[in-house]
Amino acid sequence: MTRDKRNQRIREFFIEKTISASGIASVVIVVLIFVFLLKDGLSLFKIESIQDFLSGKLWYPISDPPKFGILPLILGSIVVTAGATAISVPIGVASAIYIAEVSSPRIKEYLKAGVELLAAIPSVVLGFIGVVTLVPFVKQFFNLPTGLTAFSGSIMLAFMAMPTIVSIAEDALTAVPRSYREGALALGATKWQTIYKVTVPSAASGIVAAVMLGVGRVIGETMAVMMITGNAAVIPKSIFQPVRTLTATIAAEMGETVRGSDHFYALFAIGIVLFLITFFINMIADLYLHREKR
Amino acid sequence: MVSPKISVKDLDIRFGGIHALKEVSLDIMNNEILGVIGPANSGKTSFLRAVNRFNDLVPNYQMSGRITIDGLDIYGQVDRNGLRRKVGMVFALPVPLPLSIFDNIAYGPQLHGISSRKKLCEIVEKALKAAFLWDEVKDRLKKPAHNLSGGQQQRLCIARTLAVEPEVILFDEPCSGLDPISTAKVEEAMLQLKSRYTIVLVTNNTKQAARVSDRTAFFLMGELVEIDKTDKIFTAPADTRTSDYIEGRFG
Repeated sequence: MTRDKRNQRIREFFIEKTISASGIASVVIVVLIFVFLLKDGLSLFKIESIQDFLSGKLWYPISDPPKFGILPLILGSIVVTAGATAISVPIGVASAIYIAEVSSPRIKEYLKAGVELLAAIPSVVLGFIGVVTLVPFVKQFFNLPTGLTAFSGSIMLAFMAMPTIVSIAEDALTAVPRSYREGALALGATKWQTIYKVTVPSAASGIVAAVMLGVGRVIGETMAVMMITGNAAVIPKSIFQPVRTLTATIAAEMGETVRGSDHFYALFAIGIVLFLITFFINMIADLYLHREKR
Repeated sequence: MVSPKISVKDLDIRFGGIHALKEVSLDIMNNEILGVIGPANSGKTSFLRAVNRFNDLVPNYQMSGRITIDGLDIYGQVDRNGLRRKVGMVFALPVPLPLSIFDNIAYGPQLHGISSRKKLCEIVEKALKAAFLWDEVKDRLKKPAHNLSGGQQQRLCIARTLAVEPEVILFDEPCSGLDPISTAKVEEAMLQLKSRYTIVLVTNNTKQAARVSDRTAFFLMGELVEIDKTDKIFTAPADTRTSDYIEGRFG
C-alpha cells in the first residue's frame, strides 16, 4: 500500500517535471534564437548606422564599397504584403461568413476541407504553379515587359493567407452565441441584417486577429515570392514592377556570402527587422484574440 | 363571440424522430395573458417557437396543422421577418446585443427603416418606460448594455421587443434566471402590457402562471392536457394530471 503510494508519487514527480521541462524548453529556444540573431545582426551596426541601413536606397552588398540600404527591400515586402492583404481579406472574410452563417452543413464540410487543403499546399508548389500559369498571364494581360511583378506575388500570397484568414475568422463567427442571432431575428431582422449588424461586429476582434495572422504569414513567406516577384532590389514605382522582399533577399544571398563578412551580418540584420515586424503583427493579433475572450 | 387573436389548429411538430407536439389546438384572445406550464420536454417551447416561426431555424423540423393570427395563416404567404416584427419574443436568458443601452432598443426600429434621431429617441424612451426601466437607465443610455444587472437586462430585452411595436409578445421562461424582486418587476411589466398586447407566457414556475396569467394551458409530453381560466386550473382542474403537476407530485 505505502509502496504503491510512493511509486505513484515518484511517477507523478517525473511526469510533472518532464512536462514543465518541455514548456520551458520552447521559451529557452526562442530566447536563444533571438540572442544569436541579435549577436550577428547587431555586428553590422559597427560599420553601418541604423539609419543608413533602414533608409538607404541602394542594396549593393558585394560591390566595393558595399551599400547596405534595405529601403527597397522593406518597400518590396510592404507592396507585396499590401497587395496580398487587399486581395485576401475581402475574399477570406466573405468566405468565412459564407461558411459560418449561410452554407448548408453539407457544403460547409466540403468547403472547410477545401480550405484546409489549400493550407496544405507547400509554398514552393504554389510558387511553381504561379511561374507556369500566373506569370505569363499577368505579362500578357497587362502587356508588361515581364510577368514577374509584385502584383503576381500578391496574388500568389493571397492564396497562402486565405486559409488562415478563413479558418480563424470562421471560428470567431461560429463562437458568436446563438442567442445574439436569435435576439436579432426575433426583432424581425433578415438574415443579412443579422449578419452585418450583429454577428460580424460581435466577432470583429477575432476577424481582425485572423487578418493579422494572415498578414504575418504573408510577410514571412519566402519561397513563392522569390520565384514570382522578379527579385530586383529597386524601389518599386508601381505594383506592376519586379520587387524583392526582405525574406527573398536572405534566402537568395545567404548561400553566397562568407561567414563573418559584413554582407553576412547585414543579412542577419534583415532577419532582426523581419523578426520585429512579425512579432508586432502577431502581438496585435494576440491582443485582439484575447480581447475577444474577456 | 370575439374572434381569437391567435388560433392554433391541430399543431403537430417533429424534430427528426422526436415528436415534440401532438395535435394541439387552442385559441388565444386579444389582450390576455396565456400562461403555458408543464414539465421539461412537454413541448411548451416548441409551441411558442412555432408562433414566430423560430422552429424554422432547426434543420430537421417538420410541422403540420395551422396557426393563424388575425385569421391569416402564418405559414402561408406571410414573410417571416414581417411576422417576427408582429410577434415579439423575450428569451429565457436576457441577451443584450453587444451595443449600448440606447442602440439595443433603437436597433429594431432602425432595421425597419426608422433613421430620424428624434424619432428613435422617442421610441427608446417610450419602450423603456413601458418596461419600467426608464428611471433606472435614463442617465446612462450610452453605456454598454452588458453592465446592467440580470433583471435590468431582461427588462431591456422587453423594451427592445416593444420598440418594434409588435401585437403579440411571446415570453419564454423570462424569469428563470432572475431573483424574486426582478421577477416581480418583470411580472408587473407584463400585467401592464396586457392592455395593449396579446401575451403568451411559457414558464416553469407554476406560481408565476397563477399570479400573472388570465388563462393557463398545461402541456405534458407534447399534449395539451387542459386549458382553462387560471383560477379554475389552479383550484379545480378537470384532469388529475394537472392537479398532480401543480401540487408538485411530479415534474
